[in-house]
Amino acid sequence: MTRTLLLAAALAVPMATHAQTQVVKVDGSSTVYPITEAVAEDFQAANKGIKVTVGISGTGGGFKKFTRGETDISSASRPIKKEEIDECAKNGVEFIELPVAFDALTIVINKSNTWATNMTVADLKKMWEPEAQAKITKWNQINPAWPDAEIQLFGPGADSGTFEYFTEAVNGKAKASRGDYTPSEDDNTLVKGVEGSKFALGYFGMSYYLAHKDKLTAVNVAWDKNKATTGPVSPTTANVLNGSYAPLSRPLFIYVNKKSVETRPEVRKFVEFFLAHAKELTTEVKYVPLPDAAYEIITSRFAKMQTGSVFGGEAAVGMKIEDILAREAK
Amino acid sequence: MLTTEQVIAKGRLHDRVFFLVGLTLTIICLGTLAVLLYNLLAAGLPRLNLDFLTSFPSRRAAKAGILSAWVGSVLVMLVTAATAIPLGVAAGVYLEEYARKNWFTSLIEVNIANLAGVPSIIYGLMALGLLVYQFRFGQSILTGGVTLAFLILPIVIVATREAIRAIPQHMREAAYALGATRWQVVKDHLLPYSSGGISTGVIIALSRAIGETAPLVTIGALTYIAFLPPAPFSTVEGRVVGPTEWLMSPFTVLPIQMFNWVSRPGDDFAANAAAAGIVLMAATLSMNLVAIVIRARVRRRVKW
Repeated sequence: MTRTLLLAAALAVPMATHAQTQVVKVDGSSTVYPITEAVAEDFQAANKGIKVTVGISGTGGGFKKFTRGETDISSASRPIKKEEIDECAKNGVEFIELPVAFDALTIVINKSNTWATNMTVADLKKMWEPEAQAKITKWNQINPAWPDAEIQLFGPGADSGTFEYFTEAVNGKAKASRGDYTPSEDDNTLVKGVEGSKFALGYFGMSYYLAHKDKLTAVNVAWDKNKATTGPVSPTTANVLNGSYAPLSRPLFIYVNKKSVETRPEVRKFVEFFLAHAKELTTEVKYVPLPDAAYEIITSRFAKMQTGSVFGGEAAVGMKIEDILAREAK
Repeated sequence: MLTTEQVIAKGRLHDRVFFLVGLTLTIICLGTLAVLLYNLLAAGLPRLNLDFLTSFPSRRAAKAGILSAWVGSVLVMLVTAATAIPLGVAAGVYLEEYARKNWFTSLIEVNIANLAGVPSIIYGLMALGLLVYQFRFGQSILTGGVTLAFLILPIVIVATREAIRAIPQHMREAAYALGATRWQVVKDHLLPYSSGGISTGVIIALSRAIGETAPLVTIGALTYIAFLPPAPFSTVEGRVVGPTEWLMSPFTVLPIQMFNWVSRPGDDFAANAAAAGIVLMAATLSMNLVAIVIRARVRRRVKW
């Protein structure tokens, strides 16, 4: 008893003012997390004494902390939104926007599904739009040549950036989706679901597909607004890089607090390390790296401390990375 | 009209049916637990070795370990125990021995009972507003520990009250008769006699807290962390670390690390999650074991 009282007394002692050791704080998207984690791991091995923490609050949750100036870097699976930019301005936070890699949303079907290996964005819309709820329930309602069997749909939950991007790209409006599918925040559950049923279809990030390649088939997607080709395109690194896997490939970002970079050399060091090693580490964690030229542009953008977002708070669906980088910050 | 024999036979039949139903249900419960344990052990045991306990998390599943996670769990539990035990025991003693029985005390009692049923994420939200932003504790071990202390406080209070209530009234009367003050009665008699019951309650509460994830995720416990909090009085970058500095360090805990691994693509990380699960479960079970041992010992010692 005396001992516990002593402990309590020790706790009540005012915390000694302690100089903050060098900690780089990163938070944000769970999609970008594997990349950030890999960079943080190698960076800390190369720079003893500098600490990096990486949280997973989701893109939106990460921006909430970032706009209040609580974190140095926020990772994001979509461009920063208008409200978030306003919030930054209100709190005097200036940021540098750096695309670091690509992710390709992959539509997956069961290995024994032989009819739907090629689909159009219009097919997907018919299947996933809010109006399809309780109406489009069978494969042959989308294409008469397909079987008269119930479709089982699997997708991420409404809080995920993947859900937001897919609905924007396919249904034309972010977060507009039918609700009668099996949602899960855990992509492994989606993998299991599609793997277990012949008439299932689901979507998630490419890295999950690549990790389960032998158990699932990826659908080739055709898009009538595709500038590269009108035929179906498979989700491969090459197709993402040349911009033909559209509209389902999306850039992933990190947003860096300008003041952190200016006042704390360890943050600058971390971002420079990030950009220098982004290509190899992105590939290692099964994402698609940007073209070499893009990394050069981004590195120089960081060196010049160019602030602001080139998206001006709008989503960018089906844009090529070169076009994105050519834009000036709005 | 039933004969006596028929009544007895009917009673026996009911007896047997109830016995069988009870047995089946018990077997179902234990069977589920056994299957769960077997799955966890089968998936996790091959990964469990010394390296796993002494390595930091990594993107390479085979190199990843739980050092920062288990150290974080232990330190958070330390803060939780140091906060919840004095507060909870004091509150329990007050309610049982000092408080007058009036509407205000009843109100407190009802609220404590209700608090025990509040979902843990609510405590997380409260901690986020109060500890992280209002008191500026940040996303630190201190915040995590105090949050979990709030969570288990009702359990500690109730356990303390039950343990004190079990002490026969004549023990108190004898002490008072010999001129002991109220504090002397509490300090020299009630607390020592009830220490077994209190410790049991505390340990069971702590073993619940060690598995909690939701409130810690809410306050923003980090997921990737490849360093340990600074040890007191060690030297970091030519500066001596203060005795309480570790309290303000960012942290992660075992359940969060597990959750992170479970949601990664591929089976390698799933094995890591299972191995971390074994460690977590071993911690919980051994805490429960300690509680059982303490209870058995105290029962043997105290007799009235």
